[in-house]
Amino acid sequence: MSATLKPYLTAVRHTLTAAMCLDNFSSQVVERHNKPEVEVRSSRELLLTPVIISRNEKEKVLIETSVNSVRISIAVKQADEIEKILCKKFMRFMMMRAENFIVLRRKPIEGYDISFLITNFHTEQMYKHKLVDFVIHFMEEIDKEISEMKLAVNARARIVSEEFLKRF
Amino acid sequence: MTETHKFGTVNPITYHAWNKDRTQLAFSPNNHEVEIHQRSGDRNAYVWSQDKDGKWKPTLVLLRINRAATCVKWSPNENKFAVGSGARLISICYFESENDWWVSKHIKKPIRSTITTLDWHPNNVLLAAGSTDFKVRVFSAYIKDIEKTPEPTPWGAKMPLGQLMAEYVNSAAGGGWVHCVSFSPDGSKVCWVSHDSSINIANPGQGNAFIKLKTEYLPFLSCTWISNNSIVAAGHSCIPVIYNFNGNNQITFGGKLDTSQKKESGGLSAMKMFHSLDKQARSETSDTNLHSIHQNAVTCLCIYGGSKAKATKISTSGLDGQLVIWDINSLERSIQGLKIQ
Repeated sequence: MSATLKPYLTAVRHTLTAAMCLDNFSSQVVERHNKPEVEVRSSRELLLTPVIISRNEKEKVLIETSVNSVRISIAVKQADEIEKILCKKFMRFMMMRAENFIVLRRKPIEGYDISFLITNFHTEQMYKHKLVDFVIHFMEEIDKEISEMKLAVNARARIVSEEFLKRF
Repeated sequence: MTETHKFGTVNPITYHAWNKDRTQLAFSPNNHEVEIHQRSGDRNAYVWSQDKDGKWKPTLVLLRINRAATCVKWSPNENKFAVGSGARLISICYFESENDWWVSKHIKKPIRSTITTLDWHPNNVLLAAGSTDFKVRVFSAYIKDIEKTPEPTPWGAKMPLGQLMAEYVNSAAGGGWVHCVSFSPDGSKVCWVSHDSSINIANPGQGNAFIKLKTEYLPFLSCTWISNNSIVAAGHSCIPVIYNFNGNNQITFGGKLDTSQKKESGGLSAMKMFHSLDKQARSETSDTNLHSIHQNAVTCLCIYGGSKAKATKISTSGLDGQLVIWDINSLERSIQGLKIQ
């Protein structure tokens, strides 16, 4: 783990632990509704100040909290064109299957690559500390995954071009 | 010292209540099922009464609210109850014997937001309410149809229904939804916990001033007095904590009730490692358990033995579906540095 990654993840972990103190809360506006306030934004008093934690200008996390839900948006490192394409395709793959991930949001917040939406119902069904672990684990793995894919793509491109150039 | 109970389910228990002789327990799993009366995302309240053959019968109470009811509390004399709601009002409900019907009266002003919590003053008239607009208010809930004129209290002498006796803003900078309020056993103080992880005590007659202690823990969800100067609070950090209120108007940390230690991993780590590799395809044995008895946020805290003036046992329930009974006396003896005033 590089020198800046650890404090970055620690900061995210502590912020998430504090942000994930959620309560069951029925809508103040519509009767018999119970919606994540961070999405509907019906009342300002139910929202907390959003926090951005950034490692550098490309890698950052936005944590928005409300009384019954928290939204976590992650921007992943994308150094070059290949990484950009890989990241886009990979996130798209996951977000199309968002219901299997339970806490994943179907669309990212603008400016970020992937968003999670955790509501009080999730923290009730699952251990809160495990949810935090999951997000941290996801952030650790996603960089690894993308650089591995990039290596694989490059290696394949090399073999293909070698085969192709053998003809000449 | 502590007893843990599980009720066959792992559903969160959001609320529980004991009957008078502690032989029966009512609890509300996290759906629209019932305890003594319902509190739900629905807009109705029911008074459940046990008839002769032991069956519980619901009676509908007309709350006249158009948002979800969030919290409910019987008054100390049990002749009326208060319901807080998302409709920015409190309904005080009482039984009108003429019509054989539960009716309600509203307290509306100056509530601007969802009522999250309620507590009755021991004199059966005053009512403290906390809400998501970061304020704690003390109201009079005097119903002149069923009650005699109340004695004057430190909170004020004139008490028509809905009279605002005191109002406290949780923090000057704004913020901090109030999660729980509790009147002290003699009714001379009110204590509340809020989302800025603070515990606060207010005395009447000091204007809008109150004493605030910001704690290092995650926000508390529930609090109650266990003597005239001690408070137990529990919440998102999963452990009940005791705070004392001393003579020079300070809140001090009394001690944690949960002293569970991290379990020793012992020598069998290699075997454990292979086990978890086999079961979960992971090499590290990061155990899923927290180092406390409750494994998720504690949402409700009740006095199980004694009263607010001198509690001997308290019970807590939480999102992990556990109900734990804590014996305060024996815990006080066994935990070093635990002080209860």
